Amino acid sequence: MGGYAFFVWTSYALTFVVVIANIVSPIVQRKKVISRIKRTIRREQLQKQDNV
Amino acid sequence: MWNWIQRFSSPKYFYDMSAMLIPWFAISALLVGVYGLYLGLFVAPTDYQQGESYRIIFVHVPAAWMSLFIYMVMAVSAAIGLIWQIRLADMVAAASAPIGASFTFLALVTGMLWGKPMWGAYWVWDARLTSELILLFLYFGYMALQSAIEDQRSADKASGLLAIVGVVNIPIIHYSVEWWNTLHQGATVTKFDKPSMHVDMLIPLLLMAVAFQLFYAAVVLIRTRNEALYRDRNRRWVRELIGRM
Amino acid sequence: MFNAFSHLLIRDLRLALRNRHELANPLIFFVLVVSLFPLAVTPTPEALRAMAPGVIWVSALLAVLLSLDRLFKQDYEDGSLDQLMLSPNPLMILVLAKVLAHWLLTGLPLVIIAPLLGLFMSLPMEAIDVLIYSLLLGTPVLSLVGAIGVSLTVAVNRGGVLLSLIILPLYIPILIFGANAVDVAADSMSVRGQLLFLGAVLALALSLAPLATAVALRITASR
Repeated sequence: MGGYAFFVWTSYALTFVVVIANIVSPIVQRKKVISRIKRTIRREQLQKQDNV
Repeated sequence: MWNWIQRFSSPKYFYDMSAMLIPWFAISALLVGVYGLYLGLFVAPTDYQQGESYRIIFVHVPAAWMSLFIYMVMAVSAAIGLIWQIRLADMVAAASAPIGASFTFLALVTGMLWGKPMWGAYWVWDARLTSELILLFLYFGYMALQSAIEDQRSADKASGLLAIVGVVNIPIIHYSVEWWNTLHQGATVTKFDKPSMHVDMLIPLLLMAVAFQLFYAAVVLIRTRNEALYRDRNRRWVRELIGRM
Repeated sequence: MFNAFSHLLIRDLRLALRNRHELANPLIFFVLVVSLFPLAVTPTPEALRAMAPGVIWVSALLAVLLSLDRLFKQDYEDGSLDQLMLSPNPLMILVLAKVLAHWLLTGLPLVIIAPLLGLFMSLPMEAIDVLIYSLLLGTPVLSLVGAIGVSLTVAVNRGGVLLSLIILPLYIPILIFGANAVDVAADSMSVRGQLLFLGAVLALALSLAPLATAVALRITASR
């Protein structure tokens, strides 16, 4: 890369990192949302059982 | 007509439809991106003035374009949400903000990495970098306001208004920074303003821009689905959906 | 409607004047912060003259920012804001009255004391003139745009830093042109363009900011 290797490859590496982060983050977020809703459903079911 | 819009903008309908769209966007983003990278890194000729370091533009420029484009999308969605009370629009706005901020960050760091070989310094207060920095602050302000207000509807509407105010300000800020920069240029002539580009360099650039667009489309769809699930977490369609998982 | 405007204006001014000592705070802050720079950097006239426009303008910005809280906080907490929002008068006009009161109490005093600070910072006379004009055009915009930020954060606990984060990027164009006007005036060059820009931004802010503030208040402060 004509002596500029560090700059060019670091830029592309950072691009890769940002792309991966933008893929991983929503997937993790989705898992968290779903598990949180599941927990709420579970909690409500238990409360209903307690009330019966 | 209004019924049609209401049906298509219901979170549940969106959730079901988007599942099919995401793979298409993701795969086309990958294909276009790989081809663009190949052309940009291995086929495009060496620049006469800047040598090989110019190849950074193939990620820097699309990132900068996306940072602005996504802010526009945010502001327009927020406006739609505010004016017509379409909740899906609010979700798209909220989902877009972190993506836009990450592209702004990328534009800034690649700009710095391009600046060092060009001007000998990682940071110079040139118009483009300074504008991107301010844009990053605008994104942070939006996200901070969203998370600071507890009631979801108020948070959406307030940060939506902020996004609209920001969009009005962006041309003013950009113009001011450009003008300010021409005064204080000194020895650093901004080589970012490409006069005319060799077509062999232009094509990979445009391909990367398209790839980033398709990537944004895929990611924002995933994020918006998450917003839909979370915001409607007490509604029946979500409860039934989760129950089946 | 004009009655409501003037009543609200006079009411705000009267209320503020009851806590007279609090009024001086932004002013003292302004002078204090500007004075820090000669102490921190160097008191030589050339260096002071070079940093004067930026230092004075940034300090003015921060002084206004710190004082914005008074615009809606008290009214939000004691229920007067609710009353204003229920009024048959357009909320925009009432907001304008409050912003005018705010500017008269904070912005205008800054403009008045600025020449003294210009002298502190070794600014030549022509620059001090322009300092006054630029602040006169700029500080109302700071109050107007600041009002948008305050209305968005009025219901947030400890929203002070959030307010700064939201508003400072919007203040940047005013800062650029205001400080630059003073800078080139010190070199006896024309400042027409800069002052025209500030005037244009003021006109824009006067027409749009009260509307945005009113909308924001209805979003965040209606109960």
